[in-house]
Amino acid sequence: MTILRADVEDEYQDEPLYASAKRIYPQSVHGVYRRIKWIILCVTLGIYYLLPFVRWDRGPNEPHQAVLVDLAHRRFYFFFIEIWPQEVYYLTGLLILAAMTLFLMNALAGRVWCGYLCPQTVWTDLFIMVERFVEGDRRERMRKDAGPWTVQRVREKALKHALWLIIAWWTGGAWVLYFADAPTLVRELATFQAPAIAWIWIGILTFTTYVLAGTMREQVCLYMCPWPRIQAAMTDENALNVTYRLDRGEPRMSLKKATASRALGEQAGDCIDCGQCVAVCPTGVDIRNGDNLGCIQCGLCIDACDAVMKKVDRPLRLIAYDNEINIGRRRAGKPNLFRPIRARTILYVVVIALVGGVMTTALATRVNLDVSAIHDRNPMFVKTVDGSIRNGYSIRIINRSSGDRNFAITAEGAESPRLEAIGVDPDAQGRLIAQVGPDQTRELRVLATLPAGKRAEQQDMTFRITDVDSGATAVVRDHFDAP
Amino acid sequence: MSAESTGAHHKPTDAPGTGATTGHEWDGIKELNTPLPRWWLYTFYACIVWAVAYWLVYPAWPLITGYTHGFSGWQSRAAIVRDMDDLKAMRAPMNEKIAQASLAEIEKTPELLSFARAQGSAVFAINCSPCHGAGGQGSPGYPNLNADRWIWGGTLDEIDTTITHGARWDADPDTHATMMPSFGKDGTLKADEISSVADYVRTLSGAAPEAGADLAKGKKIFADNCAVCHGEDGKGNIELGAPNLTTQVWLYGPTKADIIHRVTVGGGGVMPAWGAKLDAPTIKTLAVFVHSLGGGQ
Repeated sequence: MTILRADVEDEYQDEPLYASAKRIYPQSVHGVYRRIKWIILCVTLGIYYLLPFVRWDRGPNEPHQAVLVDLAHRRFYFFFIEIWPQEVYYLTGLLILAAMTLFLMNALAGRVWCGYLCPQTVWTDLFIMVERFVEGDRRERMRKDAGPWTVQRVREKALKHALWLIIAWWTGGAWVLYFADAPTLVRELATFQAPAIAWIWIGILTFTTYVLAGTMREQVCLYMCPWPRIQAAMTDENALNVTYRLDRGEPRMSLKKATASRALGEQAGDCIDCGQCVAVCPTGVDIRNGDNLGCIQCGLCIDACDAVMKKVDRPLRLIAYDNEINIGRRRAGKPNLFRPIRARTILYVVVIALVGGVMTTALATRVNLDVSAIHDRNPMFVKTVDGSIRNGYSIRIINRSSGDRNFAITAEGAESPRLEAIGVDPDAQGRLIAQVGPDQTRELRVLATLPAGKRAEQQDMTFRITDVDSGATAVVRDHFDAP
Repeated sequence: MSAESTGAHHKPTDAPGTGATTGHEWDGIKELNTPLPRWWLYTFYACIVWAVAYWLVYPAWPLITGYTHGFSGWQSRAAIVRDMDDLKAMRAPMNEKIAQASLAEIEKTPELLSFARAQGSAVFAINCSPCHGAGGQGSPGYPNLNADRWIWGGTLDEIDTTITHGARWDADPDTHATMMPSFGKDGTLKADEISSVADYVRTLSGAAPEAGADLAKGKKIFADNCAVCHGEDGKGNIELGAPNLTTQVWLYGPTKADIIHRVTVGGGGVMPAWGAKLDAPTIKTLAVFVHSLGGGQ
């Protein structure tokens, strides 16, 4: 424990324990990046809200929803892909791909994810749009918030929050549709017959959407999200980031002064210090202070600055996707340089291609029949009354097809022991045939017995499962234990 | 809410010499003061309030002879009882089907067999494994359930009966009560007679006789004293729980000393009557599980 000197302690206690969040009133803006953001907003939200209703024919006995997380039956459906719990390594692959793509985006053009694609950004954008629609643009909102509570203002605030809650409710509503047959669940929700768990999850997501996109906004990016810290550590001097070109902008001065200075042949920056870049910023940062944890690099300040540059008849892109290297190069009179192909970008692309390739191969060669075997651990083997040696196994047959299938179970190696399966009588030819239902597994207890006098040592053994109709087979290697 | 947040010239707080410090200083290194956002601080306060409320509602503080119970009256013991009841209710539909099906039907119906083996295996692990071993492999005095050797019978019904009523369990009138006499302790057989009959019994399962063994004498003693239960040929009698002596599986061990000891003290293992503790469907699933271990009869 640190013991503070009395005077230091006094000084420390003068400091406030907290800083109240500064309210940000982002101004509307028009331009290239704003348009890109609107398009991405429409596409991503469109996918999110509508995807559960897309149908996909998988044949009988299977759900017809293109994307479905069926928790009750432990299946995940994604168009032509069906994932069982034991295949959850696909998810690992997907996470690696997601991380590498994020890193690649970062190495090429900074926080593309944060600025354009992150749900926090997209929903916040949508909520700000609603706010602007109801209460007016930046100046108007600031004036109203500074003024007294009027009937008009109460009405506007109520309308805004109501609209936010409706959007938030739809967001939660769409979420639960991924976990059940969407049209059925919509009907159940409309008639108040949906299960309680659906309502609870809609409630949770309504709350989080409303709070995070409506009231928390940039606080999420500044204080909650770990990615800005990681991103700051991972960026390099070659990555394009939203950058204020201070070589062009400084010294900043009013338009009048700048014109006068230029006439006299003195140095004058292009930045007229109009503050538009700050006014439109959804996280309230000043891009002219350089790279900043708070900057989500959405490019709106580029649009704002371009609009001003057009008006004052100076070249566009005083704020642009650029990097520190180029600021130095321009100052030295050299042309801009951007090197997208670097060791790290190559590495990311290679990893993405590798993992993507492995996953594609795994999916393409996925068979709808599989078998696994677990040898009894205790006892490893049994000497029975007539001196023969018996081993027990749990054999699980996996039928991923959408119909009943009959499988013959045979053993190879280990001097072909006699097989029995509990609950399965041998047929006329003495074969063990087990039926497995559609899209199901069946676990069988299989006993393998070698008569007394056969080789008494551990031997390799293979179980072969053969579809009696199609001839498809699956094998699993195991062993036969003996004293 | 009137704060104009977006002045054009923010000073970077982490630039040297510009930000406020906490007043902490170590060898000239100062700690910058970056205050928490207000909502964060309030969340912290809310956690404190939550903790206090938690103390009041739930059992929390240990006292000298007890603890504070909390207003809700919540108890971990009551919670586990509730959970167990929920579990029973969850299994009830399947156990209903198990109760109505015959043991043979259970084994022929994949759905019932799968449930019976799962539930039976859990019940076995709790109640049976202390004596019969985790995999039913047994140990001297406790039968191996995998080896096709059934003292009281190996059909599904016989296993079910043995589990329900136990063996030599006095509290159950229907228990398997017969027991081997203590031929040596009672003085029925003398030491040399016991030795001879032990020599003979070993040969029943094909073991080579020891040098100098008088098998004829042993055979005679066996016919006079043992055959009444174990049979003339030594193949045993499940009605009496007299084990088959001609097999490779020995309940108390295959050596001559093991056999002499058993003939001398007699008796037999004791198994509780589980019908007093487990309900009928549970015992049925247990019987199916035990039957499936080695294929049963």
